[in-house]
Amino acid sequence: MKKIIHIISAFTFLGILLSCGNNSQKGHQKQGALGSNAAEKVYVAPGEYDEYYAFISGGFSGQLSVYGLPSGRLFKVIPVFSQDAEKAWGYNEETKPMLNTSHGFVPWDDAHHPDISQTNGIVDGRWVFINGNNTPRIAKIDLTTFETTEIIEIPNSAGNHSSSFVTENTEYVVAGTRFSVPIPQRDISIKEYKGNFKGSLSFISVDPEDGGMDLKFQIMMPGFDYDLAHPGRGASHGWFFFSTYNTEEASTLMEVNASQNDKDFIAAVNWKKAEEYIKAGKGKMMPTKYAHNVYNDKTHMATSTMKDEVLMLDASELPGLVYLLPTPKSPHGCDVDPSGEYIVGNGKLSANLTIHSFQKMLAAVESQNFDGESYGIPILKFEDVLAGVVDQAGLGPLHTEFDGKGNAYTTFFISSEVVKWKLGTWEVVDRQPCYYSVGHLMIPGGNSREPFGDYVLAMNKITKDRYLPTGPEVTQSAQLYDISGDKMELLLDFPTVGEPHYAAGIRADIVMKNSKKIFKLEENDHPFSVKNEGETKVVREGNVVHVYMSMIRSHFSPDNIEGIKVGDKVYFHVTNLEQDYDVPHGISMIGANTSELLIMPGQTETFLWEPKQVGVWPFYCTDFCSALHQEMQGYVRVSPANSTLPLSWSLGED
Amino acid sequence: MKTILKAPFFLLGFFVMISCKDNANKEIESGKIDSTTESVSSKDQGQAFLKDDEATPNVLNIAIGSPDHTTLVAAVQAAELENALVNAGPLMVFAPTNEAFNKLPEGTVENLLKPENKDQLAFILKHHVTPGKYDKEFLKKFKTLGQASNENVSVEVIGDDVYIGGAKIIASIPAGNGIVHVVDAVILPKN
Repeated sequence: MKKIIHIISAFTFLGILLSCGNNSQKGHQKQGALGSNAAEKVYVAPGEYDEYYAFISGGFSGQLSVYGLPSGRLFKVIPVFSQDAEKAWGYNEETKPMLNTSHGFVPWDDAHHPDISQTNGIVDGRWVFINGNNTPRIAKIDLTTFETTEIIEIPNSAGNHSSSFVTENTEYVVAGTRFSVPIPQRDISIKEYKGNFKGSLSFISVDPEDGGMDLKFQIMMPGFDYDLAHPGRGASHGWFFFSTYNTEEASTLMEVNASQNDKDFIAAVNWKKAEEYIKAGKGKMMPTKYAHNVYNDKTHMATSTMKDEVLMLDASELPGLVYLLPTPKSPHGCDVDPSGEYIVGNGKLSANLTIHSFQKMLAAVESQNFDGESYGIPILKFEDVLAGVVDQAGLGPLHTEFDGKGNAYTTFFISSEVVKWKLGTWEVVDRQPCYYSVGHLMIPGGNSREPFGDYVLAMNKITKDRYLPTGPEVTQSAQLYDISGDKMELLLDFPTVGEPHYAAGIRADIVMKNSKKIFKLEENDHPFSVKNEGETKVVREGNVVHVYMSMIRSHFSPDNIEGIKVGDKVYFHVTNLEQDYDVPHGISMIGANTSELLIMPGQTETFLWEPKQVGVWPFYCTDFCSALHQEMQGYVRVSPANSTLPLSWSLGED
Repeated sequence: MKTILKAPFFLLGFFVMISCKDNANKEIESGKIDSTTESVSSKDQGQAFLKDDEATPNVLNIAIGSPDHTTLVAAVQAAELENALVNAGPLMVFAPTNEAFNKLPEGTVENLLKPENKDQLAFILKHHVTPGKYDKEFLKKFKTLGQASNENVSVEVIGDDVYIGGAKIIASIPAGNGIVHVVDAVILPKN
């Protein structure tokens, strides 16, 4: 069969050669992948760098993957919400607190929407924020270490979906609840949904210096489902827009009952007004419970703090805080163009896109000519705020991004395509198929005032026959299109980690210059760190034993330990003394039921070992660190529980 | 399997050869770009052309396999809606029989099948598709359905019969990605 394909392919190429022989180079580029230099456009030669970073959410994997564009090469999977044995994330003592919540230790989540921090409306490459959907959380990834350094739980929220999007100067990272719930939570009948269940929109401030997050305030909203969100920018800076569905406030058979209203809303929230109300003392402190987990790069340890109150503003009671913009058919994506003037509602059950005008919205607010209200929140007239409609552009519109050149790109799930259209004239100018069933799409910087506009990455939910089959579960994929010309051109299609739910991209040079190479040993403030081999020791406190251990090419210190007893809790605190780039060491202990540790130069990590059997047990380095990596090993002697053998430890003593 | 693999490759070669002839025309491969669900590169690409003997037939497979729906299938192919009908959906397709199409005024179908009327045909076909999957009994709960054409159709219950936009459901076949309700009339959109 292969032969047949080859022969046919050969004919195909012959066909191209013959028929295109007398055409110009430019002509070739218009022909789509086969006739063009698509391969050349995504080829990054060995040793060279990609032009862009793409931070692609892992969806149900709970993690964030770092890829290069245009090559589609995977560089790193950053553990965020899910335990990761490879990096000991959520296994070692230092990072377990990062996964603490008000529901206890929750070592997984459904990661959805990464967004890069901004300064003056332009992506600045300092941090990536991403939401955990299931147990509502927002995480911050530091782009100097490419590690998760903060996770804040969102109280009064459930299905944290319209998150985590940043304002123009990263004043806030914003999170909206998908499911409305009783606020505060209480034991009531689900049938009492209407009026009793509420939505909440959370504004988390970000410290401009160190990125520290703080849940500043929440806005109590009617019991709709808040689906997606984006910030205003430029003239609309100070506003935030949230798409809603289930304005019917149904609680069962949602596929029918949440689709009864012809129009749901985009909620326009004036967060500058919220700040004024807070200053005027209109917010109310409300008891609640949420975890705030912070990782410190100096102590190499995380701490988890349980908070017990939140400042709440009630949209029903505070005029001018929120307005509702009617938007057809359960809008999903809610996207704001680079100028901040157009707010695009992608009605997922519609064939059309609805675009609202920010200026018209302001005028409508000014005229106070409302189309009624919902729980005291004014509803603006559809015609008053409508800027235009992209008519019959495809089936099942989901999300829109922008190229900064006056074009918008929208994904259509059912008709499985990306459609390019013009802002202002609303005409469709190009379309390209996706393989298959595209969800989000991403243009690097596409959610900012200045998108980079070279590529769009479409993220597909279904691949079926696109790759070699791997049983019933096959990979999901991302597809890269060149959008620098008039026509989109499919360049590359590559498999992804987990579900590529959404992504954020940025020019590589903005980020790479800040990337750390090592942790400085002299700045290591870990309470169990050692700065040199002379400081290594083993200390017993009852049945708890602390091993202060170091590692350097190519040995552990100490590498022989005696006097450990069955029933002890042995904490190995292991410091990598290396101060050289890309020389991690690892350690694993036979029978240890926590993950191996992968420790970066200058870092200290800890794992717990509870020996259950008498004997002499080896440990070894798990990272191929050096030419003498196989020699990097040691032994621990475990004696019976009632043994009186004193503790001893050594390196190089016979 | 072999023949399936061969066909797209031949087509591809064919395409490239033709399109290179008049390179000056930028839109040669995409044809008219303002129509609704057209695939831009090769016509026979996408999920619709994937061979799958294991999974439950989808709504497109069911229509293709039915001798009573040859007109509908011809229309779907003319409108290039194949790939939309094999989507994860769920999709509820109201499938008029050949007889239903025959009830239309003389020449209507022939006219719609002309390439220049592709958009209109696609619009009418989309008027027969609902995002959702409900059996006939469950449909009785609805007053209207929102169709992929962006227009609504009425749901009426007369005795034990269910009428969608005036067309009576005469059979129902569950599909892998939705359900096909066979109807006795073409449902015409208001526009």
